Amino acid sequence: MVSDRPARQDRSAPGASAPPAVELIGIDKRFGPVHANRHVSLAIAKGSIHGIIGENGAGKSTLMSILFGFYAADAGEIRVNGRKVDITSSGDAIAQGIGMVHQHFMLVEPFTVLENVVLGAEGGALIGPALARARGVLERLARDYELDVDPDAIVGTLPVGLQQRVEILKALFKGADVLILDEPTGVLTPNEADHLFHILRGLRDQGKTVIIITHKLNEIMEVTDRVSVMRRGELVATVDTRDTSAAALAELMVGRSVLLEVEKGEGKPGAVVLAVEKLTWRDSKNVARVKDVSFAVRAGEIVGIAGVSGNGQSELLDLIAGLKRPSAGTIRLDGQEIGHLADPARLRDLGVAHVPEDRQARGLIMPFEECESAILGWHDDPALGSALWLDRGKVEGRAAADMAAFDVRPQDCHLKSAKFSGGNQQKIVLAREIGRDPKLLIVGQPTRGVDVGAIEFIPRRLLELRDQGKAILLVSVELDEIRSLSDRILVMFAGEVMGERPPETDERELGLLMAGVQPGDRPEATAS
Amino acid sequence: MMEQIHLIGEVLASTIRLSTPLILCCLAGLWSERSGIVDIGLEGKMLAGAFAAAAGAIFFQSAWMGLALAILVSIAFSYIHGYAAIAQNGNQVVSGVAINMLAAGLALVLGNNWFHEGGRTPPLPDTLRFMPLSLPGEAALREVPVLGFLYQVLSGHSLLTYLTFALVPLSAWAMTHTRFGLRLRAAGENPHAVDTAGISVSGLRYRAVLIAGILCGIAGAFLSTSLAAGFIKDMSAGRGFMALAALIFANWRTWPALWACLLFGFLSALGNVLQGTTIAGVPVPVQFINMLPYVLTVVLLAGFIGKSIPPKASGLPYSKDR
Repeated sequence: MVSDRPARQDRSAPGASAPPAVELIGIDKRFGPVHANRHVSLAIAKGSIHGIIGENGAGKSTLMSILFGFYAADAGEIRVNGRKVDITSSGDAIAQGIGMVHQHFMLVEPFTVLENVVLGAEGGALIGPALARARGVLERLARDYELDVDPDAIVGTLPVGLQQRVEILKALFKGADVLILDEPTGVLTPNEADHLFHILRGLRDQGKTVIIITHKLNEIMEVTDRVSVMRRGELVATVDTRDTSAAALAELMVGRSVLLEVEKGEGKPGAVVLAVEKLTWRDSKNVARVKDVSFAVRAGEIVGIAGVSGNGQSELLDLIAGLKRPSAGTIRLDGQEIGHLADPARLRDLGVAHVPEDRQARGLIMPFEECESAILGWHDDPALGSALWLDRGKVEGRAAADMAAFDVRPQDCHLKSAKFSGGNQQKIVLAREIGRDPKLLIVGQPTRGVDVGAIEFIPRRLLELRDQGKAILLVSVELDEIRSLSDRILVMFAGEVMGERPPETDERELGLLMAGVQPGDRPEATAS
Repeated sequence: MMEQIHLIGEVLASTIRLSTPLILCCLAGLWSERSGIVDIGLEGKMLAGAFAAAAGAIFFQSAWMGLALAILVSIAFSYIHGYAAIAQNGNQVVSGVAINMLAAGLALVLGNNWFHEGGRTPPLPDTLRFMPLSLPGEAALREVPVLGFLYQVLSGHSLLTYLTFALVPLSAWAMTHTRFGLRLRAAGENPHAVDTAGISVSGLRYRAVLIAGILCGIAGAFLSTSLAAGFIKDMSAGRGFMALAALIFANWRTWPALWACLLFGFLSALGNVLQGTTIAGVPVPVQFINMLPYVLTVVLLAGFIGKSIPPKASGLPYSKDR
């Protein structure tokens, strides 16, 4: 099972003499109406780290799943080391020396590391000998690649960084020469990610071929030798990493220049729409998660709440949206106290729109069709039917109009909500929430996990709404987003508002506030 | 004194007898559920096996042919469940309930049609049953204190009982030490991991339900051709469900499953012995005694055993999409 060939040290002239480690020729794949891969051809040189980058839904993962035998391509050919191969199952791929580290780990949590490693490569009817052999191999791999992990540890008890290491060990134990990693840093801390890159470079230097799928530009620039860009199922470019830049790649990903700075005109704040006074909320353990918070949002302005996540912002959103009842203090909408209502449906009628932070859990019902998700909370809207019945035609008509207005793709209102990319899901939620002309829009993490196209679209839409005179409360952990969109910035720390700052404020100063440090030279600038 | 010792011996021997079908069903459930297939149809498969064993013994004039038929019929029911649960991604609880109803109904209808005795089979003569076997040297050891007594408890059971107790260590060993056991447990915890390792999840699960079918078939044959002499309506009497409770009680592990089944068997045996006796002058109602194993099941499941953790993927149809 384990390749005992000496590690190749020569990384010279990849692809010049030796055939590519992996070659994909004309791969085509459709899932129903979605054309996931359009005639993709790609050669990956032996002993290199090859990045595949693209927006969510660009077809990167599908392409690699085809290479790993998880899906069968509709058309196309796969060559490994220059030979045409048939890969119809993961077993075939493993036999060809291809290993994959999936985004969601494929580990059996109650098993030990050793048991996970030998699964599928036991080499006999009894597992005893395989476990003993794996122990030796793991020791060697730990030495060669700095892949240390306790072989007898129960996998479910290991931190994610180590679990990922077990995944890599699994692939190597089965003799993988080509290692595919799907969004490997999504679950890692920055330190763990650095260590992973170090390991990947080590693997490459020992002659392994590494394919890394990601949508993070900085990772591509940091770790890869070559990079391929995918867009809407097509492979649009393959370039040497040293010949390109993050900006150039971003442009290729979306097919046009990314508007990184949003153009924002001068705001014209009007009357106070939302007034929060001494708002406090205690959790079930009587810990104050929101402490004595006071602020106001006027018509025609965006107030941004900055802060490291977990400092009370989420709870504040829930309080204003009526999902939690305040322990103390008031929330007024146009002068009317709404805090005690704690009734989201009533608040919606009063003109509060809520784009929740976790759109997949709270914004949409993932197995529902788009048009069904698009009317959540609107079921009693007379425009969608009578008191007893929903008019399916009207529902679909509304959904289609919203999808067109917000450029939701694919424009198919019968597609399951789960099948849309993150950015398109966010557009669906946004379209629904602002559809009934609210006075106040509260938005949590509007661009978290959305693709580059929507990162541009959503902020522009929010600014349009501001200019139409809506009051907008924006919560985001992305400081850039807060600074480019907000008219005023509040910083939250440990449930309290640390201070208010104009958007031009120096990033370092905001950073200090987010860390709970009150700059001594500006004592007057606390929350109003 | 002698009488009491004799009574204890009786209860213990009876415990072993009554535990036999529980252990077989519990092992069947264990193999099935560790692979990710919830099997609520143990009861039905055992009942179908019991009918097939009795009918087969009569038709072929052989207890062994009865056993073979019981196993075949039970496997057939297992595969119906497997087809629904594995190939069609059906709801496993619904399929299991359907198996139970189908088995109970079919046994009655066919039995009535073939034997015209209101759904029961004619009583089986001893030649068509698995009769008690005396272990060698039983008579010689009889007078030895303690050892002789224990040997007597262990002696005098049918071949199927001895087979059952031999299956427990075999099952435990196969589950932990063989490739098949490792893969099967993995399929019950994270079938995606099994699939990406290049192993067929459905293949593993079909083999698991096959094992469950064989074991339930043996359990059924034991009921009608060893414990009793012939098939009677609903003779499985909830033992399949009791085995399921034992499985949960045992946290889906083999050895604890044995102890759980022995405990349930002991309570049933005790119930039989205590029938018609009085405690402190008050006659013990039969129903109360018969209730004991079920009450214990409920009490144990209600939280006296701590957290029981089922295989993570059990009951969930496997598909590649997450």
